[in-house]
Amino acid sequence: MSTTAVPEVAVTAVDEGFWTRARKTGLVLLGLGVLAAVLFGALATGQQARFTLSETEGGAALEIHGTVGAILFGIIAAAAGAALLAGVPKRWFTLVLGVGLVAFVLSFLCWQVSAAPEGRNFMPLVNVVRGTFILALPLIFGALAGVLCERSGVVNVAIEGQLLMGAFSGALFGSITGSVWVGLVAAAIGGALISLLLAVFAIRYLVDQVVMGIVLNLLAVGVTGFLYERLMQTDATKYNSAPRFSNWEIPLLKDIPLLGPALFRGNIFLYVGLLLVLVIHLALFRTRWGLRTRSVGEHPTAADTLGVRVLRLRYRNVIMAGMVAGIGGASYTLALYSFTKNMIGGKGFIALAALIFGRWSPTGALLAALFFGFADQLATYLGAIGSSIPSQFLAMLPYLATILAVAGLVGRVRAPAADGKPYIKG
Amino acid sequence: MEPGEIHALLGENGAGKSTLMNVLYGLYQPDEGEILVDGKPLKLKGPSDAIAAGIGMVHQHFMLVPVFTVAENVMLGAEQVRGRFTGLLDRRRARREVAEVSERYNLRVDPDAVIEDLPVGIQQRVEIVKALTRDVDLLILDEPTAVLTPQETEELLAVMRSLKAAGKSIVFITHKLGEVKAIADRITVIRRGKTVGTAEPSASRDELAALMVGRSVRLTVDKQPAQPGKPVLEVAGLVVDDDRQVRAVDGVDLTVHAGEVLGVAGVQGNGQTELIEAIMGLRPVLAGSVTLDGQAVHGWSTKKVLRAGVGYVPEDRSVDGLVKEFSVAENLVLDIYDRPPFGKGLSLKPDAIAKSAKERIEQFDIRTSSADAAVGTLSGGNQQKVIVARELSRPLKLFIAAQPTRGVDVGSIEFIHSRVIRERDIGTAVMVVSSELDEVIGLADRIAVMYRGRIIGVVGPDTPREEIGLLMAGITPDAATTSPTEGTTSPTDGTTTPTEGTAAPAPEGPGNEDEA
Repeated sequence: MSTTAVPEVAVTAVDEGFWTRARKTGLVLLGLGVLAAVLFGALATGQQARFTLSETEGGAALEIHGTVGAILFGIIAAAAGAALLAGVPKRWFTLVLGVGLVAFVLSFLCWQVSAAPEGRNFMPLVNVVRGTFILALPLIFGALAGVLCERSGVVNVAIEGQLLMGAFSGALFGSITGSVWVGLVAAAIGGALISLLLAVFAIRYLVDQVVMGIVLNLLAVGVTGFLYERLMQTDATKYNSAPRFSNWEIPLLKDIPLLGPALFRGNIFLYVGLLLVLVIHLALFRTRWGLRTRSVGEHPTAADTLGVRVLRLRYRNVIMAGMVAGIGGASYTLALYSFTKNMIGGKGFIALAALIFGRWSPTGALLAALFFGFADQLATYLGAIGSSIPSQFLAMLPYLATILAVAGLVGRVRAPAADGKPYIKG
Repeated sequence: MEPGEIHALLGENGAGKSTLMNVLYGLYQPDEGEILVDGKPLKLKGPSDAIAAGIGMVHQHFMLVPVFTVAENVMLGAEQVRGRFTGLLDRRRARREVAEVSERYNLRVDPDAVIEDLPVGIQQRVEIVKALTRDVDLLILDEPTAVLTPQETEELLAVMRSLKAAGKSIVFITHKLGEVKAIADRITVIRRGKTVGTAEPSASRDELAALMVGRSVRLTVDKQPAQPGKPVLEVAGLVVDDDRQVRAVDGVDLTVHAGEVLGVAGVQGNGQTELIEAIMGLRPVLAGSVTLDGQAVHGWSTKKVLRAGVGYVPEDRSVDGLVKEFSVAENLVLDIYDRPPFGKGLSLKPDAIAKSAKERIEQFDIRTSSADAAVGTLSGGNQQKVIVARELSRPLKLFIAAQPTRGVDVGSIEFIHSRVIRERDIGTAVMVVSSELDEVIGLADRIAVMYRGRIIGVVGPDTPREEIGLLMAGITPDAATTSPTEGTTSPTDGTTTPTEGTAAPAPEGPGNEDEA
């Protein structure tokens, strides 16, 4: 009995060795590439697919024959997949995978753009880039809030609530005082209040942090929804007409082709968000505060024995996280829209996914947020050019991207070791 | 404590050694009494006060952040920064400090190595470097040798000697008598939270042991030669991964016969845990076979394996062996609660459970206030006895004990060992896995040494300790002569080199421990 079982099991064990993560990914990518070349190539028309470097149809543009483009990029994606399957050095994995995925998306776009009706068969890249950043902005702030919290060992599921509270307080106090700056400060305080509750219950009373986060999200929806109906709907001009930050053009930078008009003619939130990514990244990995934060998130007992005050540091970080998320929430109400009930609509959870996708690093979170923002923007764009794909599927795109990204591409990533574990001295 | 003295603090587990030292390091607050440094009373509010007073501590469980580099771990809490407001870390200076201290005390470590990639012996060195960069005068080492190979232990003792020569005082906490006698200048014995005596290192082992436990104990296991019968457990070509999907057991073959004790020795983390868990059906078998009495059992559920006549003492009793909140009586029937006479259909029979519990408590000398007390309130030794009692209450073909006496007092060790031998003598196949080499040597009739997921050698119990120690470090007797660097596996400078291990003259050293 045992003799028959041995070779059988042994074969699967050898397979395990060959089918590394990179190879499996390569196989999927190869399949996608072939699919793109065949399917998108067949569906694309002979029209030119124009990618203009402006907001309109005119101006400089990258042009490619639709069918040729779809097939060409499909082949590139398939080639990248084949390379992964054949085995590339580990440090090249991300690069090759990135090239493959971008090629796949380009193949898809060649089909969509070339098949769009006459007059709409172009893609204004400035709009796409700008839209991507605008849609990614709340995710960036939310994911940064997550980084601050979770790197010090407190799970932050309450990002949604922090964003919502920030959006609400920003709108309310901005409207009452008529000052964007007061609104901004109020938004930070609003987010910090939700955070403070999280901190007290998670750190002081050792309540399960995930449960607490969910409860706080519901609380934020309830409180802001109630006040919205009672205050804002009764007297919108007084309570829900906050002034908005105007767009600031940055001299010189604004003249860079493509990026200039897309990025450097934005509002304060865009600049603050990008700057925060940089600052938090540097702080986390280069400063005393960062070293201590990471040590507390990984091994709080060790930090404690070296005189780091674990609980105080966690309180501070969680509250800072709330302020960051609060400002992120205000990027809606102090720049784009007036407040509506539950206006964050799940972006806090996508920010959480971006945090994990970005492996708990600020720059990683930025890239992940941009990825989700792009998926969102793509759905909008495809809707606008009258794509043949049903709009329901387009609306699914960002969420589908989230699931694929978190489940497929990332796989096992390592969270800070003490994430979610309360620290009890002694 | 005098400057430049090595003071050993000897006591059983749970005697209060670690608690005392944690108070000294400011982690716990004293209820009464005071600490005097240079004649002045010292009030410690936290570890930072202790560090400021020149007290450093190497904890039993290392206080190192596994994903940080050596330099990051060393600077944490005492970071040198450039610029007052930005707080930018001065990594270059931290690296230089590590290099300086390693140089001065001959503690070679690579400041840029990441902790989790380093072997345990080197991690411990990092801990010592960490304390030394803080300019401590008094270094507390809490059970430093528990996780080391004999060679690494020798190296550590050499380091301690050089620190002593540099004028540092050391408190050396342990329950291993051999090490104490090898290195200590003065010995304080603690029992149940009280100092019961001080001794000179020249005191005999039996005297020290008697002080520790309050009565004389035998340090060797009494047993007759084994009468091995037919093979009971046969493992062939076993391959198992650990939780991180890293190969932990890599083609292990072994056989345990009825009526013999097979000891599995090895430094922790060389696949012993995964091997046992795979046999018990707790971990998937990727390749190979496990046969019990001629029947293939790999792929079976744990319950089925247990019911087939396997007794199992898991290595971590608080996680896998007991339900702490349950009573002693309940824990005693965890494996057979659904079988008559303890259960029938959907109901339990509390009377039968209580009656059997009473008997077991008596038979196995379990010290508890009552059978209904939560098992978590018992001392470590008595918790372990509950597990042993439970597992040995069934008729067994195979008895597997993983770290059966870890964290257990000397009295209970003696009792558990005698029970293991008694089980062997009634014809059960016994497998004992322990990182305590003395325990393996004392109990086993054959010793299998595991290294990096393989059985690197099977030797008799009368094999010299040094040879087994070398096997534990991955050096087989013939390989040792051809490639002496085989054991130096670490990226920095290796765990130990054979020459250093044997060069240290230690006539009373741990190398001879418990052979008396």
